[in-house]
Amino acid sequence: MRPDLEVVAAMVPAGSRVLDLGCGDGALLAHLIAERGCDGYGIEIDGDDVLACIAAGVPVSEGDIEDALRDFADGAFDVVLLSWTLQTTRRPAAVVAGMMRVAPVGIVSFPNFGHWRLRAALALGGRMPNSPTLPQAWHDTPNIHMCTLADFESLTASLSLHVSERVLLGPGRAPAGAAARARPNLLAAAAVVRLERTARGASA
Amino acid sequence: MSAVPGGVERSLGLVETRRVALWDERDPLVLESGEQLEFVEVAYETYGELDADASNCVYVCHALTGDAHAAGHHGDPARRGWWDNLIGPGKPLDTDRLYVVCANLLGGCQGTTGPSSIDPRTGKPYGLRFPLCTVRDLVTVHRRLLAHLGVERPLAAIGGSVGGMQVLQWAIDHPDELGSGLVICASARLTAQNIAFSAVARAAIMEDENFHGGDYYEHGVRPDSGLSLARRIAHITYLSEESMRAKFGRRLQHDGEPLRGFGIDFAVESYLEYQGESFVNRFDANSYLYLTRVMDYFDPLGDVAPVIERLHGSRTRFLVLSFDTDWRFPTEHSREIVRILTAARIPVTFREIESPHGHDSFLLPVPEYHRTVAAFVERQRLEAVGG
Repeated sequence: MRPDLEVVAAMVPAGSRVLDLGCGDGALLAHLIAERGCDGYGIEIDGDDVLACIAAGVPVSEGDIEDALRDFADGAFDVVLLSWTLQTTRRPAAVVAGMMRVAPVGIVSFPNFGHWRLRAALALGGRMPNSPTLPQAWHDTPNIHMCTLADFESLTASLSLHVSERVLLGPGRAPAGAAARARPNLLAAAAVVRLERTARGASA
Repeated sequence: MSAVPGGVERSLGLVETRRVALWDERDPLVLESGEQLEFVEVAYETYGELDADASNCVYVCHALTGDAHAAGHHGDPARRGWWDNLIGPGKPLDTDRLYVVCANLLGGCQGTTGPSSIDPRTGKPYGLRFPLCTVRDLVTVHRRLLAHLGVERPLAAIGGSVGGMQVLQWAIDHPDELGSGLVICASARLTAQNIAFSAVARAAIMEDENFHGGDYYEHGVRPDSGLSLARRIAHITYLSEESMRAKFGRRLQHDGEPLRGFGIDFAVESYLEYQGESFVNRFDANSYLYLTRVMDYFDPLGDVAPVIERLHGSRTRFLVLSFDTDWRFPTEHSREIVRILTAARIPVTFREIESPHGHDSFLLPVPEYHRTVAAFVERQRLEAVGG
């Protein structure tokens, strides 16, 4: 399993009912179902990934994340996962609000566009930056809503969500070294963030 | 057709329909309505071998006008069963590994007791004296047949359209019996439009002068005109506008100029006439009335709270599939099923398959559809054998 998925998995309580938005080939859910006794359910838009989920025995619904979220009742899940998918959604704020409607806990992982390499590429090269985790050209990328760690903090604050845990990741999506913690928005390549509702944001 | 490399398609070859009496006067079938049938015979076919612990059975529930002959042939290799593209060696329901069972429905006319069967009380065909059945009654018969065949817990039940309704009812009523249910382009509840189409089809039959209140058998006639019209109406709803345009367009049936009369001029008119004519030679009008009525009244999730409670903890896996051009039971019908099963915390997998062929897609070898069924059933099989 990818190292960032291991970080996400470690944040999911055993036995919880988990919705994974953009679950890919179902590797994370298969792990949570088999190793952590979770009830898992995935949403995925790519047909080949859906077939991979089926072959792995992971329950999955093919379709768009925002459409799928509308089908779930408030609090239908214990935890909602959004792994490396936030930046591909048309309306990221609505997705985060929707996930925190259907579960009290959300776990989001995303690339940090404030990472120094990306800043340097744009500032010095004058072109939209690429990296190992963001390889596609600007006109051919699924990543249409990039944000920095600071931007994401603003979003969660505006939705009255509490960040209860944050793990910074390095360029290989594994947990970053201690240095990154000094200047996360500059030095972390990505992050995994655990969100919880606050009293004020409970009806988001 | 799912051909293997080299172009030689493997098929089941010669198969036969068998019959078994599952209920008799000492042990009559009590229907959901409380009415009884003193003698029930079921026509069925099986493909592949049941394994030693009876864990590899897939039960096929047929749709409105299907029959027990789902795969293989009865003597002419060119005339295969109605789901031969799905069932057979190396196919999505792989008979090298699975034991597949299909039976004609109660109320049908292809060997299972129905309105054209002899009523033992009168010695004459039942006609409209046959009791109205429900989807639950159809499932009761499936379960009795499986018990007769030595299967307690099928690996999967699969069906399209009203076949999917049977799978759904089965899973709801017996949550721990089915390993999995494949519910394909089905519905948990017909809409007013669906019922309207069925009502018009039934009216066509019952208003035929040869109907004789359902007792046409003893008059030596059949309401062929009405049954043919019913079939033609229904058939339009099975196709998509896109597939009719591609298949016929405004093409004329005859070369040259249009005839400009009220006869058959357009190719689509000829096609529908053929559909109607061939149908009346294989189907009983009363069975059409009964089986369409079964669908109208089907509403297993109408009172949803007790269903959710009953299903809680069930480990039956579901695969729910719809087709994007199906307007008989559009995707929303399938989504409704998924919503309720998910609310009951049942593991459900859902896909809307792209196919130009409308409702009929479930009978056709649409590659992504077949891949999905194959992957799901294989996963169930592997889990059953402890893989």
